[in-house]
Amino acid sequence: MSDTSWLSKFPQLERGDLIAIRKTLDGAYREFSRNYGDTIESLFDPLLTFLIWFEKLLIASPWWLTIGVILAIVYGASRSWKLCTGVFASLIAIGVLGMWDDTMRTLSIITVCTLLSIGIGIPTGILMSRSNRVQAIVTPILDVMQTMPAFVYLIPVVMLLGIGKIPGVIAVIIYAVPPVIRLTNLGIRLVNKETLEAATAFGATAKQRLFGIQLPLAMPTIMAGINQTIMMALAMVVVASMIGVKGLGQPVLKSITNQYFTLGLFNGLAIVALAIIFDRVSQTYAKRTQKHLGGMNND
Amino acid sequence: MTDLNKASTEENETLIEISGLYQVFGNKAKSVLPMVKAGKSKDEVLAETGHTVGLRDINLDVKRGEIFVIMGLSGSGKSTMIRHFNRLIDPTEGQIKVEGEDIMKLTDDELIQFRRHKMSMVFQHFGLMPHRTVIDNVAYGLAIQNVDKTERLASASQWLETVGLAGYGDQYPAQLSGGQQQRVGLARALCTNAEILLMDEAFSALDPLIRSEMQDQLIELQAKLKKTIIFITHDLDEALRIGDRIAILKDGILSQVGKPVDILLSPADDYVEAFVKDVNRARALSTQTLMQNVNNTLESQSVESAINSLNASQQEYGFVCNNEGYQGVVTRSQLEQAAANDSNADICCDELLIKVPSVSPTQSLQSAIPEALGHNFALPVTCKDGKLVGTIPRSEIAQVLES
Repeated sequence: MSDTSWLSKFPQLERGDLIAIRKTLDGAYREFSRNYGDTIESLFDPLLTFLIWFEKLLIASPWWLTIGVILAIVYGASRSWKLCTGVFASLIAIGVLGMWDDTMRTLSIITVCTLLSIGIGIPTGILMSRSNRVQAIVTPILDVMQTMPAFVYLIPVVMLLGIGKIPGVIAVIIYAVPPVIRLTNLGIRLVNKETLEAATAFGATAKQRLFGIQLPLAMPTIMAGINQTIMMALAMVVVASMIGVKGLGQPVLKSITNQYFTLGLFNGLAIVALAIIFDRVSQTYAKRTQKHLGGMNND
Repeated sequence: MTDLNKASTEENETLIEISGLYQVFGNKAKSVLPMVKAGKSKDEVLAETGHTVGLRDINLDVKRGEIFVIMGLSGSGKSTMIRHFNRLIDPTEGQIKVEGEDIMKLTDDELIQFRRHKMSMVFQHFGLMPHRTVIDNVAYGLAIQNVDKTERLASASQWLETVGLAGYGDQYPAQLSGGQQQRVGLARALCTNAEILLMDEAFSALDPLIRSEMQDQLIELQAKLKKTIIFITHDLDEALRIGDRIAILKDGILSQVGKPVDILLSPADDYVEAFVKDVNRARALSTQTLMQNVNNTLESQSVESAINSLNASQQEYGFVCNNEGYQGVVTRSQLEQAAANDSNADICCDELLIKVPSVSPTQSLQSAIPEALGHNFALPVTCKDGKLVGTIPRSEIAQVLES
């Protein structure tokens, strides 16, 4: 009872102990990445090959062809000439202001990240919706993924895989995948119980219920999740550029360090333009396919 | 109340048999069961264990071809009850047999096949699929059985026509009114040709006019299709109107099972009695429910033999029927007067016959009352071909309407 300093000062671990903990964990992880880094990296090789191929495809194609294909996709999804005009104008502006190649790089990585996020997110969301236990486990993980500062989980990824496209993609996905998982789970759980019961009563199998009832009825919610995922992926472009992902993020990074206001603004606006294009197209597509829900009272 | 011969329904075989069914909701339902069986009330069980008693010792049987109504107020367990028939809910304990087969023993695959072919269901809030067109909704049962598309759409459009929605096939459910949506629900249930139809408060969400229209349609369809229908409702008038037999459920316990007239005229306990107290009996009961056998029928015969048979049966009057069916009433005093003239004359003549009007067995008692007022005889009940099927004594009418 003689030493009462713990009352005024938090009784923390000894400095030496703390260093020991850090050293042990860091050492163990470094050991791990040294031993398995190459193996894990090689697992991602096909993805890397695809990323490079897709980026080259977008940059190497003549600009008018790329714009034509993009407009075709936009019109196919939205059936709106107004939207097409807007997309055309923004792409032309991007090109004229000298950001065409960077925009294509960003577009390619965002497209791949979004597709991967959907590919990972929807099945995870489905699993979560089917079991309360899975939901209880996954929810806190998603919370961590969304709130942990991106730089923190960039460290182990870079340690393991070095800098480059793959770590960038992983970082973007970690940040962007939670909304689509959450909203897939939510959407499926919100499907009208009686409708689902009706399907069961008529002898639908679990698979028939999932693909015939649950997913189609959860689609508006899932689409909102996908939309969020795209937006968050675009928001990560600048952070990802810190670990060597080329695209619109790098000029932004450069303009922060060198205080180039206009360069930063232009590239920032190009990111915004991409975001708006993705958003409007996916929204109008969702709305168009959900027309039958108009006026439906949810009882 | 579609078939005239209630007796024949009674003789029909049992299609569904439920025995010793208990349903307790909660994590450790099995362990609470002994307590429920010991007779502790719903509230006591809830207070002591946090478990909800849904159903308690249900025993009932449903006959082939009847409309069996399960009636109860909200919270009585009726919706829980109907979900046991196709195992949307599994009982905590008990047996459910359909055609003698214990459906609790079905494997998952067998259960799916059972649901596809044996039973179909109509839901209170329709349970339609908003993303499918009306015709695809109707064809849903066949679609999941992988029936060929043209075949299932042909079948579906036929059923749509039957329920009066021909031409609505390409619309989405949201574009239809509530009554129309439930017709789609009904068509969907009929489309799989399942023998048993479960209807969970199928008409409760509809407004009164549409509801009675749907009830008529159901009765009409049932006369043609002869399905076995289990119908849930909280509306006693509805139960009395369409039910061949009615089960009254209260707090998860069956209070009474019986024909509408039994429920109305001899309620098993205070609860049922309170329930039926306000029912307009004259409107709820059809004449056939009060009908009694005739023991004073007279054929076309001589006055003398007619007096003899009235003497034998100790009746003051008789109902005269010939080959063309019911003709009228003759009284003993008239016969005796006629016998003074010619005891061999045929009683079937205009001078002797009193033309007492007859009623049909399906009309409501209310509509039959005026016919019973003009004379002092029992009311003759004849079916369409004029055949006398029974009579209703005036005292019986008075008694039913009085209490």
